[in-house]
Amino acid sequence: MTNAISVKSLSKSFGKTQVLQKINLEFPAGAATCVIGPSGSGKSTLLRCLSFLEEPDSGTIEVFGEPLGFTEDAQGKRARIAAARLRKVRAGIGMVFQQFNLWPHMTALGNVSAALKLVRKLPRAEAEDRAMAQLTRIGLEARAGHYPSQLSGGQQQRVAIARALALEPKIMLFDEATASLDPELTGEVLAVMRGLAEDGMTMVIVTHEIGFAASIGRVIAFLDHGQVLTSGGPQEVFGKPRHPRIEQFLDTYLDRGAAMLI
Amino acid sequence: MNFDVGLLIAKAPEILNALGVTIMAWLIGLVGACIIGFAVAVARRYGPRWLNGLLFGYVEVFRGTPFLVQLFLLYFGGPYAGLSLDALPAGLMALSVYGGAYFSEVFRLGFEGVPRGHVEAAECAGLSRGQIVARILLPEMAVLVLPASVNLAVVLLKETSVLSIITVQELTFTASAIGTEFYAFVEALFVLALGYWGLVEFAAALGRVAERRLARFAVS
Repeated sequence: MTNAISVKSLSKSFGKTQVLQKINLEFPAGAATCVIGPSGSGKSTLLRCLSFLEEPDSGTIEVFGEPLGFTEDAQGKRARIAAARLRKVRAGIGMVFQQFNLWPHMTALGNVSAALKLVRKLPRAEAEDRAMAQLTRIGLEARAGHYPSQLSGGQQQRVAIARALALEPKIMLFDEATASLDPELTGEVLAVMRGLAEDGMTMVIVTHEIGFAASIGRVIAFLDHGQVLTSGGPQEVFGKPRHPRIEQFLDTYLDRGAAMLI
Repeated sequence: MNFDVGLLIAKAPEILNALGVTIMAWLIGLVGACIIGFAVAVARRYGPRWLNGLLFGYVEVFRGTPFLVQLFLLYFGGPYAGLSLDALPAGLMALSVYGGAYFSEVFRLGFEGVPRGHVEAAECAGLSRGQIVARILLPEMAVLVLPASVNLAVVLLKETSVLSIITVQELTFTASAIGTEFYAFVEALFVLALGYWGLVEFAAALGRVAERRLARFAVS
């Protein structure tokens, strides 16, 4: 099993609050890694470091062997990599946000094709053909001309996924992608993510949907207070005997659809 | 006292000419105010801290004092500071600087109104800084600032009447002159009210059309 992302001794603070404390984690290629844990455990910050929306204070991230943002030598001395090289690494990473973050002044097709035109410099027709193919993949080709405000939350999130996929990323990051959707709409977004997993997409999924994580994740990482409490296959993390902190965490999910795990 | 329609018809060319001056002063002042306001908002957001403080002072002073006083100081006080301007250029400059103070606040709030996540999504998609400003920030901001901008445009239109004080021959100046010359104050006030009200309604109607067209871009 080769690793897509390798995180070494990653730390991040906001002011006096240390959000990530020397995180070490490996993310397998061609499979989903689910990061779970209580609110404020640092899950989202870890994901934002993986997309370089946050710059870590120390430690390194390697994406298919390429450093993301910084390199560190044996003495722990940091060096920032060149902007062009950073852009190249980031281009292989797609990000999906809790709040969808579609651009409200562009149609679904406009959102998905924008970076193809502006960044990849594809001619308009080709960019829109490719964007259309992505919208078809998520079953929203009929909504191509709709603006985000004319779409349901679930549809918006699917468009956001298509927008990231259009750039043909090697890795997809999901930051609580269903947390602002009601249960019915959550299902349609999870279905798209499940389809990606089956296609062998490398994914890092931060989620509160424990049942979904257990069924889709090749690796489950449980974060608490900015540290990896435990990580491994679903059986290792959720099977008994469990770490007492995970036991406690799962208890709160018993009445929320995760009962079948126990 | 009779309402002398004949006088208004006879003076129509003069009145229309003056209306033209009012519209011209309004549009140029508006464009100037938008440019200054936008530059100030950008400088306050991205510039150094001392510049932000300086521009905060500018905004407070020009919003805190009457336009009439600012215009007087520029036109009559300007020459003592080596700035001698004719009436019209002085008026246009004063309008721009005065309106710019208000517009900078509108734009500042517009910048703050664009969700951070929309910019982050653009960064993740690989858009450059310039592309993010031109393709994401500005269009989204335009929707947010439109209602306040139409409002400001209307206020600026009415402030152009103050230019009559420094002898710019716009609508208020011309109507007052006709009123005094022929002792026809009712007719003069009628022309003024109708002229400004018509323009305000025109601007407001444009604004409503734009708002309706932009409604679908609203952040859901």
